[in-house]
Amino acid sequence: MAARDETPSARTLVLDVPDWPGHQAGQHVDVRLTAEDGYTAQRSYSIANAADGGRLELTVQRVPEGEVSEYLTGVYRVGDPVEIRGPVGGWFVWRPAEPDPVLLVGGGSGIVPLMAMIRARKAGGSRVPFRLIYSVRSPEDGYYADELRTRARDDSGLDVAYVYTRRAPRNWPEPPRRVGVAALNTAGWPPELAPLCYVCGPTGFVETVADTLVALGHDPARVRTERFGPTGG
Amino acid sequence: MTGERIDDYLDGNDLAGPLAELFAVDVTVATGRCASCGLAGPVAMLRVYPHAPGLVARCPGCEEVMLRLVRTPDRAYLDLRGMLTLAIPLPA
Amino acid sequence: MGIVSPGFRGRRRPAGATELPPGQYLTEDFPVLSAGPTPRVPLDRWELLVTTETDQQYRWTWSELMSLPTESPVVDLHCVTKWSKLATAWEGVSLDALLGGVETAAEYALVSSYGGYTTNLPLADLLDGRAWIAFRYDGRDLVPEHGGPARLLVPHLYLWKSAKWVRGIRLLVRDRPGFWETAGYHDYGDPWREQRYQGD
Repeated sequence: MAARDETPSARTLVLDVPDWPGHQAGQHVDVRLTAEDGYTAQRSYSIANAADGGRLELTVQRVPEGEVSEYLTGVYRVGDPVEIRGPVGGWFVWRPAEPDPVLLVGGGSGIVPLMAMIRARKAGGSRVPFRLIYSVRSPEDGYYADELRTRARDDSGLDVAYVYTRRAPRNWPEPPRRVGVAALNTAGWPPELAPLCYVCGPTGFVETVADTLVALGHDPARVRTERFGPTGG
Repeated sequence: MTGERIDDYLDGNDLAGPLAELFAVDVTVATGRCASCGLAGPVAMLRVYPHAPGLVARCPGCEEVMLRLVRTPDRAYLDLRGMLTLAIPLPA
Repeated sequence: MGIVSPGFRGRRRPAGATELPPGQYLTEDFPVLSAGPTPRVPLDRWELLVTTETDQQYRWTWSELMSLPTESPVVDLHCVTKWSKLATAWEGVSLDALLGGVETAAEYALVSSYGGYTTNLPLADLLDGRAWIAFRYDGRDLVPEHGGPARLLVPHLYLWKSAKWVRGIRLLVRDRPGFWETAGYHDYGDPWREQRYQGD
């Protein structure tokens, strides 16, 4: 077990789960915390890593006043037991055998299950072309920044495009903006290629991106969504 | 953003854990048909309102309730009145 | 009980000297719970409809409601999801003022909301200064997230009985379970007796 910080407010927990049955990229687990007096709280977290024996990585964004995320990003110490149920969810998953090109659109912490797909693509030896559009508020808010830079260079067929919504890096060619028609046209796939689209992020973000993809001509049945509500997590 | 408040709902994906406690198959990949408007689609694409005494899943087309799930300490109450049919993929 | 996570306490604040109903924890904010999209009801189309067991109907428009004497109850709220919020200040019309002139021999009420929500309770629990149609909270008009323009307020029962976006009250001879009551929640819901689920 280990832990590492992804951003000032997000932490990846590397858990060692005995008898872990393995998982598919995009699946999540339910984490249940129990206090000494029996009080419990439960939240869902996407799995960040590709299947790897009993190793399970969860990246947790600290939500102000969020009882579970504040515990997992702050109080929790490597080695402490946590109760995990899963893996669950068979819809928002990508399998390395899929033949179609893939568009991943992530907002903020919504990158987590998409990162699992990027990692599973390499681990599974898939050569299907992937494009990731990652929307973050500012450069410091991006998860997995070093790894994405390395993979965009080394994982052939993977393109990574950032969209900054509040503050862009110096000399960035465009002002801060939101993911819209322009970004989806230039950094996505044309609908004629019939890509599988995975959109993950806060409810409003997912709503806007999914609607825009459909308006651009993508088949709604091929636009899969995973909303992260402001769940007080 | 438009400044319009978007109601706080999640996807049917979120039902996967609670339903896995009840069923041997992953119900979120099954196709549910709305008893109110007839729209059919994966349970994973229903709109789930998790901030309530139980889980409420609504049709993404007409917003009628399709599924309700309440978990008490020793029982689960599952209401599928709003679901005309549930087509569950099984190995042939 | 599950595996205890060392150091996990949850989002709880010490209740201090205040006594809370069993199993409840104190909260300072006002969580928004909702089983569906938030209805937006224009005041010129708002109405409250009381229907008796003999199908007699009594109707109040918004301006008629506003012309009734108001009260300013300060009450504790207890949500079945285990948070309690103390000393909340409301303004509304007592159900006594509304139901006083209604001819009925019914013993139960099924309250319904804009948006389709329902909840049941004994009619007696709506009377004797224990229930209000509330339209102001904390000195401001009640926002839609918390049930505005008007919600039922029955603070001596769990908060799911205090239907947001209240629209109608049907008076019944026999009890008819509402939205959560048909899915395992208690027909009465007294927080001090911890009546959360059927059979409690």
